[in-house]
Amino acid sequence: MSRRIEHTPVEYLRVTDLHAFYGESHVLHGMDFVVNQGECVSLLGRNGAGRTTTMRAILGLTGRRSGSIMLDGKDVIRLPPHRIARLGVGYCPEERGIYSSLSCEENLLLLPKVASGGMSVEEIYAMFPNLKERRHSQGTRLSGGEQQMLAMARILRTGARLLLLDEISEGLAPVIVEKLGEIIRDLKAKGYTILLVEQNFRFAAPLADRMYVVEHGRVATEIERRDLPSKMGLLRDYLGV
Amino acid sequence: MTEIFGFPIQALMGQLVLGLVNGSFYAMLSIGLSVIFGMLNIINFAHGAFYMIGAFLAWMGLYYWGISYWWSLILVPLAVALIGIAVERTLLQWIYKLDHLYGLLLTFGIALVIEGMFRHWFGVAGQPFDVPEGLTGGFNLGFMFLPKYRAWVIVASLTVCVGTWFIIEKTRLGSYLRAATENPKLTQAFGINVPIMVMLIYGLGVGLAGFAGVLAAPVLQVSPLMGSNMIIVVFAVVVIGGMGSIVGSIATGLMLGIVEAIPKVLYPEISSTMVFIIMAIVLLLRPAGLFGKER
Repeated sequence: MSRRIEHTPVEYLRVTDLHAFYGESHVLHGMDFVVNQGECVSLLGRNGAGRTTTMRAILGLTGRRSGSIMLDGKDVIRLPPHRIARLGVGYCPEERGIYSSLSCEENLLLLPKVASGGMSVEEIYAMFPNLKERRHSQGTRLSGGEQQMLAMARILRTGARLLLLDEISEGLAPVIVEKLGEIIRDLKAKGYTILLVEQNFRFAAPLADRMYVVEHGRVATEIERRDLPSKMGLLRDYLGV
Repeated sequence: MTEIFGFPIQALMGQLVLGLVNGSFYAMLSIGLSVIFGMLNIINFAHGAFYMIGAFLAWMGLYYWGISYWWSLILVPLAVALIGIAVERTLLQWIYKLDHLYGLLLTFGIALVIEGMFRHWFGVAGQPFDVPEGLTGGFNLGFMFLPKYRAWVIVASLTVCVGTWFIIEKTRLGSYLRAATENPKLTQAFGINVPIMVMLIYGLGVGLAGFAGVLAAPVLQVSPLMGSNMIIVVFAVVVIGGMGSIVGSIATGLMLGIVEAIPKVLYPEISSTMVFIIMAIVLLLRPAGLFGKER
């Protein structure tokens, strides 16, 4: 199965010459990248390079945009955000986006199902027992780690096949980061397509099949996982790590 | 005993009931204002006009089209909600991104236009509306006489208020509405059609105002000005209760109805000022309102 995918990659997301603005400020200057079906691709870069904006632009959450965003063969740049989500895109935002006016369980159940094949609530509670324990608590009363689990869990319920995960390891204890790594490996094995924005290179490197380094709102370079050891110097220059 | 501190108990109890009746209207109107502000970011100055339309539709239904009060109770709120949705789709949806001031001015203008039309058609003199059959007369409770219709207004509006609370706080649709109020962009990125939610909330809010209008028709005079007389106090209720709290709107509405009514026996001159005195005190001590969350 994995061999077949390696030989004939099927494009799931292709972003071409994407420009995006917040009001008057021009943030993305022609992003170009591809994510194939079943692949985990990471966008690396410094703060303010435009990685989060790229995700928000894919979902239609920025201001004016131009270029093209092909999702499963369909250009979605003119669609309103809720239609894009319904095509099977699950979004885990950097700020986690847990609602304080909803309980933990209401947060989990809020997102409409976009396709069959999502995880059931029982499966999710088996994967994240803390969420079951705290299901009646106000969403924002959960700990940072629990909120991150909740933000991940709720998109797994919807049946979305493309996951946009923004800085999910940020500000979490090492144990929880490790657990998130396991979850992503598990999701990859299940065939999910993942776009990962990460500040934490050590977290992203073992998970990503390919990486794009983003600088000044465009892709500066692309690195295959097998080339990683030889390109560490280059990466160090870009990321300043 | 027929007196408390020299004031007749009959009159006090009568005012208490009147206060609860007015309070019921305040509660229904302020719930609508508060959910509309939460989601649309618009201070809906046209709210009183929709309340007035509700009363007029009930009156026109009865005298022109032979629609009974009971049917009006169901049909009029729906009709008012549809008018509201039409206003939202054609006018309001274009100004959500602008400052509050634009929404306030636009809805104030809409209120003036609607009020002007009804003044032109019906004049400013109030139209009489008979208490529906079955609710005439009253109960003699021994210490006071309780008109049936007033009791009905209190029961019906409390039922509707609690129903609204239930929909928003306890149902799935309600969780969409709360999420869209808290973070509309993200909620839409999760696949929820937020523009439709916004439209529904406006319809729900003004539909409640229409319902209050029908209930008010037999107690207050049906007049083009009835909305603007009401709306100022309702804004005070929202400010005192705190934005975004439904329970707060209900409790504050009823409380202020009573606070306004009791002085009519004790010291009538201060009655209509009481609400604003309380508003000033609350704003000084708790700027977010009695039930509002500090931001």
